[in-house]
Amino acid sequence: MAQTNTTGDYQTTQTLETFGFLPKMDASEIQAQVAYIIANGWSPAIEHEHPSNAFDHYWTMWKLPFFGETDIGTVLAELEACHRTYPDHHVRLLGYDSYTQSQGSAFVVFEAR
Amino acid sequence: MSTKSYQAGVKEYRDKYWTPDYVPLDTDLLACFKVTGQPGVPREEVAAAVAAESSTGTWSTVWSELLTDLEYYKGRAYRIEDVPGDSESFYAFVAYPLDLFEEGSVVNVLTSLVGNVFGFKALKHLRLEDIRFPIAYIKTCGGPPAGIQVERDRLNKYGRPMLGATIKPKLGLSAKNYGRAVYECLRGGLDLTKDDENVNSQPFMRWRDRFEFVAEAINKAQQETGERKGHYLNVTASTPEEMYKRAEFAKEVGCPIIMHDFLTGGFTANTGLANWCRNNGMLLHIHRAMHAVIDRHPKHGIHFRVLAKCLRLSGGDHLHTGTVVGKLEGDRNSTLGFVDQLRESFVPEDRSRGVFFDQDWGSMPGVFAVASGGIHVWHMPALVTIFGDDSVLQFGGGTQGHPWGNAAGAAANRVALEASVKARNEGREIEKEARDILTDAARTSPELAIAMETWKEIKFEFETVDKLDVG
Repeated sequence: MAQTNTTGDYQTTQTLETFGFLPKMDASEIQAQVAYIIANGWSPAIEHEHPSNAFDHYWTMWKLPFFGETDIGTVLAELEACHRTYPDHHVRLLGYDSYTQSQGSAFVVFEAR
Repeated sequence: MSTKSYQAGVKEYRDKYWTPDYVPLDTDLLACFKVTGQPGVPREEVAAAVAAESSTGTWSTVWSELLTDLEYYKGRAYRIEDVPGDSESFYAFVAYPLDLFEEGSVVNVLTSLVGNVFGFKALKHLRLEDIRFPIAYIKTCGGPPAGIQVERDRLNKYGRPMLGATIKPKLGLSAKNYGRAVYECLRGGLDLTKDDENVNSQPFMRWRDRFEFVAEAINKAQQETGERKGHYLNVTASTPEEMYKRAEFAKEVGCPIIMHDFLTGGFTANTGLANWCRNNGMLLHIHRAMHAVIDRHPKHGIHFRVLAKCLRLSGGDHLHTGTVVGKLEGDRNSTLGFVDQLRESFVPEDRSRGVFFDQDWGSMPGVFAVASGGIHVWHMPALVTIFGDDSVLQFGGGTQGHPWGNAAGAAANRVALEASVKARNEGREIEKEARDILTDAARTSPELAIAMETWKEIKFEFETVDKLDVG
């Protein structure tokens, strides 16, 4: 059979870094990533920003990082609360790693509506 | 009140340089050599000769030795061990006092340790297996210009390995067509692209033209994707002056990272360029052309773990380490051994990984391990497991060989990477479940589905030439 000569048209999209190429996560998938952050001993933190400023290094913090938080449900509730308050902002979840002074995890959980 | 007197002549090395009772100091630089002597020469004599010839000694006694305190300056062979599974060779451990070496100069260290001694007639083969740099010496070296943590912050890449590709064909593209290939890779989802090491400034594409078109490619891809991008502009050149000129221009056009070939360019050039990068806020990617000439023979030369340690001291933010699974040589445990040396702040002795000494790196920044060469989407779960997050996974043919082109190839790799990382974070054993994870991810990514179909049969299964020594 002759090889098809139709090639796909790959369209560039705004992908917002880590996990930007995966389908939107459902609640249990988000929960698993929160659990990963907590299991590593990292501090969960939430940031949000309007899409027009999304390229900036600094996004606005939602409250302070949740130092010492081990309850996954609390983090999920804060993500929801941030998303409700700023529905037109991207909301991302971070895991601050105090040993490496870096973020062990960071991804956008809710994209702006 | 000296009790020594001068007696001309040739002495046995072991009288002075074999010191089995010596307890190495924390400030000593320690080396482990794999030694294969000529038949009939006692091990102690060979080991002592290595210590002597790589430090203070020469073949004959000289009167001026008595003007200094050689007991203070001499290298000492202090231990001999069998090589597991090899009756011909043995390990010789040598301690060198700190004052034998100029501060901050891996050039000086290597000139001593792997200098004349490697041509010594009493030896059939000699291989430098490992060096323990004392923390006192490490503190005199500049190290990586930025390091892993700073690079992540500058490029906004967290929680996953970075993705790259070397632009192909290696040679022959015009600057504008080359920039096109870069743009397509970056818009499709790669974080970084790379000049091939052979690309310097040839007649078909002069460096300045390349830098300008690549800069436009990066900027356009950043605007369209909202992600930070880069391309390693190779500034390796025939002279340091030319190298710095190119580095300055890379900075001027706004590229965040440049590249150097540390072995063909040399450690002096590399250390200078690393200092320049630190002073100019530029990242530095390090290629390793010529390494296999030096490190592949199991009994002669320098093990790559030593070259990797020297590079971390000389300076670089990325270093190629092989892929374990791809087209190029690399034993898994041995690779993990030197990947640790690049990234960790302390690496304990571990013979199962070919690590002969505890190595304290102190606060020296870490270097990203770069896996590049003959890898494709099917390898992704294994690569994430082997190399972890602090790595750059580079798919050249595995991106640009995609039937739809570079952008789709890049997207396929990015989907495969993110699906692997996500599954790992969920606690799944991604190497074992590779097929399921990738097949699931391909359901929503036609680019990945096609990549998986294209490369399903490609494997590189040859025996490793340089294996770890095990009985």
